[in-house]
Amino acid sequence: MMESNQETLFQQKVDAEQKIEPKDWMPAEYRKNLIRQISQHGHSEIVGMLPEGNWITRAPSLRRKTVLLAKVQDEAGHGLYLYSAAETLGIGRDELVDQLLSGKAKYSSIFNYPTITWADMGAVGWLVDGAAIMNQVMLCRTSYGPYARAMVRICKEESFHQRQGYEIMNVLSHGSPEQKAMAQDALDRWWWPSLMMFGPSDKDSPHSVQSMKWKIKRQSNDELRQIFIDRTVQQAEVLGLKIPDPKLKWNEGTQHYDWGEIDWAEFFDVIKGNGPCNKERLTARQKAHADGAWVREAALAYAEKKAKKKAA
Amino acid sequence: MTQQEALFRYAVRMGDNSLVLGHRLSEWCGHGPQLEEDIAQANIALDLIGQARNYLTYAGEVEAKGRSEDDLAYLRTDRDYLNVLLTELPKGDYAQTIARSFLFDAFHLPLQQALTTSNDERLKGIAEKAVKEVTYHLRHSSEWLIRFGDGTEESHNRAQAALDDLWRYTGELFISDEAEELLAKAGIAPQLDGIKKEWSATVDRVLNEATLKRPADGWMASGGKKGVHTEHIGPMLAEMQTLQRTYPGAEW
Amino acid sequence: MSNEKDWPLWEIFIQSKRGLDHKHVGSVHAADAQMAIENARDVYTRRNEGNSIWAVLAENLHASKPEDQGAFFDPADDKVYRHPTFYVMPKEAKYI
Repeated sequence: MMESNQETLFQQKVDAEQKIEPKDWMPAEYRKNLIRQISQHGHSEIVGMLPEGNWITRAPSLRRKTVLLAKVQDEAGHGLYLYSAAETLGIGRDELVDQLLSGKAKYSSIFNYPTITWADMGAVGWLVDGAAIMNQVMLCRTSYGPYARAMVRICKEESFHQRQGYEIMNVLSHGSPEQKAMAQDALDRWWWPSLMMFGPSDKDSPHSVQSMKWKIKRQSNDELRQIFIDRTVQQAEVLGLKIPDPKLKWNEGTQHYDWGEIDWAEFFDVIKGNGPCNKERLTARQKAHADGAWVREAALAYAEKKAKKKAA
Repeated sequence: MTQQEALFRYAVRMGDNSLVLGHRLSEWCGHGPQLEEDIAQANIALDLIGQARNYLTYAGEVEAKGRSEDDLAYLRTDRDYLNVLLTELPKGDYAQTIARSFLFDAFHLPLQQALTTSNDERLKGIAEKAVKEVTYHLRHSSEWLIRFGDGTEESHNRAQAALDDLWRYTGELFISDEAEELLAKAGIAPQLDGIKKEWSATVDRVLNEATLKRPADGWMASGGKKGVHTEHIGPMLAEMQTLQRTYPGAEW
Repeated sequence: MSNEKDWPLWEIFIQSKRGLDHKHVGSVHAADAQMAIENARDVYTRRNEGNSIWAVLAENLHASKPEDQGAFFDPADDKVYRHPTFYVMPKEAKYI
């Protein structure tokens, strides 16, 4: 069949809300785009384990310790689901890991910010997971089957992540003055980076138009960002915390909040590698991988020996 | 020592063993050798911390001075921690982590099995749940130890070195103290010599399959069970307790 | 780093309850079958989703081709006589 004909059929399928499955014909660019997006998403989960993992050994109660460990473990699981989905497109786990460790692949910049107080565990769960969930709920309807199925599983599991974060913020903001200050400080530091998580503004988003047409993405960056802000303002009020944006104001006309301006220079700087923890995050992953090499090798050597014995 | 005091000590020790080992395993989270294994190890740590919560809650009730699981976990110093030394050693490389888990799991499983027939209903209840968890822990650590022993030359050497190094901490597992003897007489806790036989048989079976040598019994370190620890637990508790110590009385 | 051999890929099927079908849930990497089953247990049944696990080496799984879809599945479209609703039953007859 002619390439252009294939492409028309493919687009018809997408338009008819039929899922694309691994063995289906797909445009090379669609495949490339998906691999890029799914693997970035997977890398973000894996690197995302580090800022929160930072507090597992210091969680202030056994309940918090258990919850945090379970949550960070979930992120490992989510990274794995996503790598699994990417692998259906013909890229191996080894290659995915190489791309991350060599610095070639990107991951969400939010994880290049440090978690310096316990309140950051609250803010990360509430804001960072909150922002991530917006995106993930949309992706449950993405056009590529394995990606959509992984997202459904992830969304189900993620539902406790944001709540546990908000619970931490709630306890702190109704605790001692020191604790309340800790919560406010965390909100101050995480608010803007969380808004950046939705990506560049629609007018500057290079991959967006094609991704929308292929229904990889279903809502634009700016739309999702606005919904997130509208929801979060009310939640901050319940906590009695102040969102660090002097321009934030309800707009009767649009029925949305107006808000200030993201510091895009910072956004692009962190993407380029100049964030507070870029180097630390990558180094930690590289070290884990290098230290684990002999472990992975041993398991394989043993499996091969055993298989040989069985065959003999 | 009254039976109540003995029971308190015993529940604290069981809790501390699980908490301290669970804490050490949780240090791997995000840094494991392979994603799948990272997740497996976190599951084990979660099981152990869950057990610790059960034991410490019970210890607080037995003591009847109003101490919660968190009071016991976060507001005792190392002199009051009663875990065996084996559990508190740094995580080391993955061979050390696996070998330590194996030596402990091989002891922990028969111990929990014996506790399912305890005359104390609470200990019995905790053990019934823990037996299933620890069965899996022992399976996990045994399989990995076998992979290392019979894997590559490097993994074999690392595993043997870890065993040789950890062996001196295994004697303490089986030295009964006054509390354990008192509870054994009351049918609340098992005699440790029976547990030792099972432990020894498991060790022989797994090391044999792993082509690893059982180290000779030499000098054995001890003291953890009476609160005299290695230098490693202090920094671990300082880290674990930092928020509770810095903001006394705060709720989290 | 890149000359390291990856653990093989296994497709995982989970039965969530006794009596139900095993359903494909995703994949894991593992050095051998035993490890694949255990990894699947740790990855895919953390929330009590499991009763039984199948692990199949991904390279051993064979699938029909999308281009055969028409020839394979469309001919079943008009075989309405395979469905019970195709047949006319007298109203008076019960339990049929």
